[in-house]
Amino acid sequence: MSNKEFNYYINGKKSKWEVIIGLEVHAQVSSNAKLFSNSSTKFGADPNSQVSLIDAAMPGMLPVINKFCVEQAIRTGLGLKAKINLNSVFDRKNYFYADLPQGYQISQYKYPIVGEGEVFLDMPYGAKKIGIERLHLEQDAGKSIHDQSPTKTFIDLNRSGIALMEIVSKPDLRSPEEVAEYIKKLRSIMRYLGTCDGNMEEGSLRADVNVSVRKVGALEFGTRCEIKNVNSIKFIQQAIQYEAKRQVDLLEEGKFIDQETRLFDTKKNETRQMRSKEDAHDYRYFPEPDLPALRLESNFVEEIRKKLPELPDDKKKRFVNEYKISSYDAGVLTADKETSDYFEKVAKNSDVKLAITWVSGELFAVLNKHSLSIKDSPVSAENLTKLILLIMNNTISGRIAKDLFEIMLKDSRDPKVLVEEKGMVQESNIGELEKIIDKVLQSNQDKVSEYKSGKDKLFGFFVGSVIKESKGKANPALVNELLKKKLS
Amino acid sequence: MTDLCKLTLVESVQHIKEKKCAALDLLNSYIKRIEKSDKLNCFNSKDLDTAIKKAKSIDEKKDFSKILVGAPIAVKDLFCTRDVKTTASSKMLENFIPTYESTVTQKLWNEDAILLGKLNCDEFAMGSSNETSFFGNVLNPYRLNNDNLVPGGSSGGCAAAVAANLTSATVGTDTGGSIRQPAAFTGIVGLKPTYGRCSRWGIVAFASSLDQAGPMTKDVKDAALILDVISGYDEKDSTSANKPKTSFLNSLKNNVKGLKVGIPKEYRVENMPEEVNSLWQEGIKILKEQGAIIKDISLAHTKYALPTYYIIAPAEASSNLARYDGVRYGFRAEGKDLTEMYENTRSKGFGNEVKRRIMIGTYVLSSGYYDAYYLKAQKVRNLIKTDFDESFKDVDVILTPTTPTAAFKFGEKSDDPIAMYLNDIFTVTANLAGLPAISFPIKFNKDGLPLSLQLIGKSFDEQTLLNTAYSIEKEVNFKSQVKDWWM
Repeated sequence: MSNKEFNYYINGKKSKWEVIIGLEVHAQVSSNAKLFSNSSTKFGADPNSQVSLIDAAMPGMLPVINKFCVEQAIRTGLGLKAKINLNSVFDRKNYFYADLPQGYQISQYKYPIVGEGEVFLDMPYGAKKIGIERLHLEQDAGKSIHDQSPTKTFIDLNRSGIALMEIVSKPDLRSPEEVAEYIKKLRSIMRYLGTCDGNMEEGSLRADVNVSVRKVGALEFGTRCEIKNVNSIKFIQQAIQYEAKRQVDLLEEGKFIDQETRLFDTKKNETRQMRSKEDAHDYRYFPEPDLPALRLESNFVEEIRKKLPELPDDKKKRFVNEYKISSYDAGVLTADKETSDYFEKVAKNSDVKLAITWVSGELFAVLNKHSLSIKDSPVSAENLTKLILLIMNNTISGRIAKDLFEIMLKDSRDPKVLVEEKGMVQESNIGELEKIIDKVLQSNQDKVSEYKSGKDKLFGFFVGSVIKESKGKANPALVNELLKKKLS
Repeated sequence: MTDLCKLTLVESVQHIKEKKCAALDLLNSYIKRIEKSDKLNCFNSKDLDTAIKKAKSIDEKKDFSKILVGAPIAVKDLFCTRDVKTTASSKMLENFIPTYESTVTQKLWNEDAILLGKLNCDEFAMGSSNETSFFGNVLNPYRLNNDNLVPGGSSGGCAAAVAANLTSATVGTDTGGSIRQPAAFTGIVGLKPTYGRCSRWGIVAFASSLDQAGPMTKDVKDAALILDVISGYDEKDSTSANKPKTSFLNSLKNNVKGLKVGIPKEYRVENMPEEVNSLWQEGIKILKEQGAIIKDISLAHTKYALPTYYIIAPAEASSNLARYDGVRYGFRAEGKDLTEMYENTRSKGFGNEVKRRIMIGTYVLSSGYYDAYYLKAQKVRNLIKTDFDESFKDVDVILTPTTPTAAFKFGEKSDDPIAMYLNDIFTVTANLAGLPAISFPIKFNKDGLPLSLQLIGKSFDEQTLLNTAYSIEKEVNFKSQVKDWWM
């Protein structure tokens, strides 16, 4: 894998171009209450059923910071190996929109709660470090619904005031693949930490994508465009591909790139101008006078640090060392916390090699086929462990195990019970096996002669035939042993 | 029989506690006056039926233990009151009825005070003469010969109502002098507490870093009593201060012996009328006679206070008032699209002074101007705070006039914003520095208009302010000269 080389360039008519990408990821903080109010953040509730006086910006209402959201931001910052700023400040970002009740968003501008950090990506051409510029807390706006009436817009404020973390990367990303890996890694880290569920379908994770291009070898960055609010990895990748090509075409025609805000049309698969630089909002940021500066005790941060769970990079290293598995396998198994937990449960109580085979083989295949997450796996870690134990103690053969697994997808009872009920126990009785072997040899006498005259390869045929004759139940090791004796 | 409306708040409550009168008797005498006083235009709305019910229920329960029991109190129409219209004297909120009660007013009702109604003020508390109210001018109970005078602002309705005995006391709000200046113009006591002393929750916001609620009362004792009730930490206001609760009223004493009083030379402004200067000298003389030590001090950055205030306050206001957009509540003027609806709503819903301040505030926060205006103003604000911190190493309180003049006539300054803003010249510094300050009447000028002095105190040292004002009050024995000419 690692001998591959990075090769994402745009080949224009005149030159070869490098794509520079920076991401602003908006991650919804996992929290039962909003950033500055007690309203619920539960997804999918009736419109405007989770709106407090504060969220609706009634006169005289004041924000009160939700301590848990602050902890979540710190936790995420620590997970990104970032500097936690003990002093940070909330600012008002002023603009008018119907789903922004206050007429400003409370955000952090000059002094974010989290400073520089880093994330490591496993690319086919090796590990790559992506710098994190900052992470800050801010409130989400509500939702404008334009498609319910031809003449009216409806406003749902359930989302208004929900806590978001804006995670800003440095312009270190160079390809759509790196962007996908970066987002997956961020999501993985946040899921390990329990700070964001990373659910893009529910809008828990969205990104603004900054794209610019420069000739390979150039040192200066080109002028960038910002593509706003793209909400799936696939769309982000498509948007980058389109946008990079657009910029290269313009530059090669001798034109300039206007620094502007664009949006991605998912139907036409193209980016479009949303606001030019001249139309750019003047957000008139100023310190939020309703909230004192956020001052953290270093002890408070240290307590959170102490309680951090093991993160994907560390877990991967441990898997390699502890289970002696390949870096690739470890990467696959630790990308997702639930998967790694599932695997460890199975591996610790059975056999590491078999656990890898079964989890990353059979189980992943089934999950992928039915688009299930491991949380919803039809086979529990306990039952898969029992299945592997049945193989290890020779109760069933590997082949029968696959049949058993198929049954287990629909039947969650103890695999041991299933094996007995379905008569799948492996045949290890020498007398019984000899009977089958004799029958097979009897009906294949020509092949027996061929074998004896030196065609060794036929041995496999005899083994297969015996197992087939036993309906898969014959213990393969014993069959081998007995056949060798009979044919010698 | 005594005229119950002439009793101070402390006396009124005492009357009820001692069963000298029923809560309903007290209330009815106020209602009688209120009904004959529409000409003053103090009230934006009255809530008299509910008031009568509450007074009756107090009398029936015969529980007179609460510290404001039966006190009829009207409040500035900037405090959100549950089920009672709260307009901020703006067309924008002309029909707005909150479903919630501000912390400060809730504290009044928790002590069995009775809400009379909501008092007129400048629109969104922006003004120094009450001339910007959507509901019209409030008349000062004092007149110059037979000419009507402004009551001051923005808490003009509050000041006039207390001076005219239409409420036993009231709470106003003070962002740059909105309690103290109208108190001075009407000969009553007005206290702006330390920033953070009282909760801002449920008060229609003007400038969040400056706004503070406070008592407006007939005398210093009443101010101490109201402050006892309305102050205190509120977890719903992150800028409120968690201080141990003491009773200002119980600690009140008229002893200033050894008290160090600072006289800031920068407050001797150009063109200060002689009557104001001699008023100040009189205050100094009284304090000296009572054993206080007078010290000349310097608050070097005072001259920058007014411009600083008129950058910071509008900046915050421009943002605070963005929520009045016609989308969720309040006034809406339709338009062909969202932008036009905003434009129509805000051009028709806000008055000129509010629009002026929104524009100033928007301008000073704009990119390219932020550093030159807002940021610089914040720096000057810090210098002003430092001036006070330094001075308070040498003195306990600072004595100044409250206003550069006595009450003026309608229209006299309303065409000239700068002249109007100059009214706040002695009061804005306390807001910028977050310090407590009290205005209290001393005497009448030759035209029979009240003149007042202001004391500025150390952070959270309202007690010294109250004590000092109380001592001077005892000495000067100021008596209301309101003639009930409108009745």
